[in-house]
Amino acid sequence: MKKIIALLLVVCMVVCFAACGKKAETPADSKATEATKATEALTQPDEKKVMTYAEYAAAAIDAEVVVETYVQATQSWWEDKITVYCQSKDGAYFAYELKCSEEDSKKMVPGTKIRITGTKGEWEGEVEIMDGTFEFVEGDKFVAEAFDATALLGTDDLIKHQNEKVAFKGMTVKKVAYQNDQPGKDIYVTLGLAEKSYEFCVESYLTAPDSDLYKAVGELKAGDVVDVEGFLYWYQGANPHITSVTKK
Amino acid sequence: MKRMLCLLLVISSLFSLTACHGKKVEQGQPAVAPITNFAIPENFDTSRQFEISFWAKNDNNSTQREIYTKAVADFEKIYPNITVKLKLYNDYGDIYKDVITNIPTNTTPNVCITYPDHIATYLTGADTVLPLDKLLYDPVYGLGGSDVKFDAPKAEEIIPQFLNECSFDGHYYAVPYMRSTEACYVNKTYVEKLGYTLPDVLTWDFVWEVSQAAMKKDTAGNFAVNGQKVMIPFIYKSTDNMMIQMLKQKNAGYSTAAGEIKIFNDTTQSILETIAVNAKDRAFSTFKIGGYPANYLNAGQCIFAVDSTAGATWMGCDAPLIDIAEEKLVKFETVVKPIPQFDTENPKMISQGPSMCLFNKEDPQEVLASWLFAQYMLTNPVQIAYAQTEGYAPVTSKAQNSAEYLDYLSRSGENNDLYYNVKIDATRLLMENTESTFVTPVFNGSTSLRNAAGQLIESVTKAVRRGKDLDYPALYDEVTSLYHLDEIIADKEEALPTGAVFLIAGLGICWTGIIISVIFDANKKRMKKKQEKY
Repeated sequence: MKKIIALLLVVCMVVCFAACGKKAETPADSKATEATKATEALTQPDEKKVMTYAEYAAAAIDAEVVVETYVQATQSWWEDKITVYCQSKDGAYFAYELKCSEEDSKKMVPGTKIRITGTKGEWEGEVEIMDGTFEFVEGDKFVAEAFDATALLGTDDLIKHQNEKVAFKGMTVKKVAYQNDQPGKDIYVTLGLAEKSYEFCVESYLTAPDSDLYKAVGELKAGDVVDVEGFLYWYQGANPHITSVTKK
Repeated sequence: MKRMLCLLLVISSLFSLTACHGKKVEQGQPAVAPITNFAIPENFDTSRQFEISFWAKNDNNSTQREIYTKAVADFEKIYPNITVKLKLYNDYGDIYKDVITNIPTNTTPNVCITYPDHIATYLTGADTVLPLDKLLYDPVYGLGGSDVKFDAPKAEEIIPQFLNECSFDGHYYAVPYMRSTEACYVNKTYVEKLGYTLPDVLTWDFVWEVSQAAMKKDTAGNFAVNGQKVMIPFIYKSTDNMMIQMLKQKNAGYSTAAGEIKIFNDTTQSILETIAVNAKDRAFSTFKIGGYPANYLNAGQCIFAVDSTAGATWMGCDAPLIDIAEEKLVKFETVVKPIPQFDTENPKMISQGPSMCLFNKEDPQEVLASWLFAQYMLTNPVQIAYAQTEGYAPVTSKAQNSAEYLDYLSRSGENNDLYYNVKIDATRLLMENTESTFVTPVFNGSTSLRNAAGQLIESVTKAVRRGKDLDYPALYDEVTSLYHLDEIIADKEEALPTGAVFLIAGLGICWTGIIISVIFDANKKRMKKKQEKY
């Protein structure tokens, strides 16, 4: 009897140790593999016709778009995403949070040609390419000259230049306010021309707080007269992102 | 021999228990044990100067910024040897990014506005967030302690539900600062124009039905209800909250307290299918896709705008804060309702809002200085002033029941500034429904799961707008991969692994065997003695 009990207990211990030590494949393991496959399947390259700017402009919101264009500037890279100001000779694009590795983000210098595939979207009036991917395209380079849009301020024609590199000359500073009332984030700049006021912005992800531009704008005073350049971003109306300022 | 056998079994059983305990992973909990090196100093050293940093969030609201600044100044007058450096953000996500960037260099702030989900991530770093259990109840420097130089609330005066939201992994890692929930801001004028009567509690079915009715166009191609080219009847700001609350209302899976992912279930698919139908018809959209619900609401281009009660000052055509051009504003009556419900008798809504955590530092005196400041933020002057800036509720009963605050609530609608009725209605909504609020479990990875919940809605909405077919298994896989949900390791305390079940059963059998053996042996001895006696 003793021997039987002892044997039974030993067998029992061996079984439970074995069970404890067993390492099964976790659902997460198999799920990860499946997810990778699914993502790969969803990202198979698909040759699409490259659009002209006119075709892009005519495309409906939510339509898939493919454009070849040139990087003009980027906002700071974060978590495999980068927001890019792009311009071609026939029009400009704002590519919001393109999928981009940190390594590739360093190659996104002004003038670089890229092909973007994404979806046309509109956020608070800003027409942009959302959920996009890109690839570098060998070839020429292009850096846009700022288009003088001063005469278009307050007109319906200004929006035709949305996202372009533009210049506004002889503007009078009305107000300069840091977001949160302290340096570090965006600067909201109100500039006046001929009795009317217009909203501009120093986007801190585009021109960082340690940049000369950020400091120069922060030092502007009401009444200063300036020429500014920037990208014609839109938020409930024109809201250019300033890239340079010259005090007169 | 028998004794040897028993001894062997006992030892091996103990060994197996020990081995098993050693293998048990405290999953879903911090990789590093809570800091134990902080001891509350016997006395706060007022002969030394301390500079502490406070990273705070405001809702693009200059009054809130002024209140923070005043709170700092008032505190520094009480404790002249403490200087508080205030850094303000507009977004919890930005604070989170900055904190995780600063953890490796040990340059975290002393006090930080946070969400509990974020703390779970911060805790993966060594010596990071301070457990507040002892500080809260310390008789000298705890809440309302004897040596605290201002009229602080006692621990029991913090609304228990709000304080409990800051407790996980067996510790309080934060104290609540303000609380809000989500509200549905309704254009009542348009609802009635469409022939409907607003119920006391909105249902999802009602919102979908009215939204579909609002999509009718006139012969000129304008939407009949507003005469404009743009109408998105239902816009949701935070789609992660939307999914979380819908699942909770349906009593469906999201995650366990231990961090097991339960979100990919039939109810989720059913919810997404309904959203897809309405998104495809453009009767529903989201902040990420189109913009702020408030801007569409105020332009008469939205009927149901769901956003935080902490966004109430932007809601309605008479709102004190407006972000659209004056010529775009449309006159209508704004009504504040709880978010839509599946079961109107048993409403459920999220509890949210900022909490404050403390980061550990080498100098316990510096930590104590930061705790005193955090405590000051719970005093009535700060609580009442800040709560009045938006549809927030103070987190202490001391503030909520004060004459000053009750007077404020009673004056709803006196003007469109401090007493803006939409804001005060939003606050009342939370205070009257505090018992119906809930929070999601906090674990290392809960932020990712929250993001994934919202992504499901965003992805479905985008897909149907773009004319793509929905493949739910592929969507779940994509979201799982994108948010690394498969890397979240859950504490399986609720459902033991098979191996552990075998082990425990085996041990039970062993102990039963040992006991039987001992009894058998004792009986045998007794029989033997009896035989010897007779």
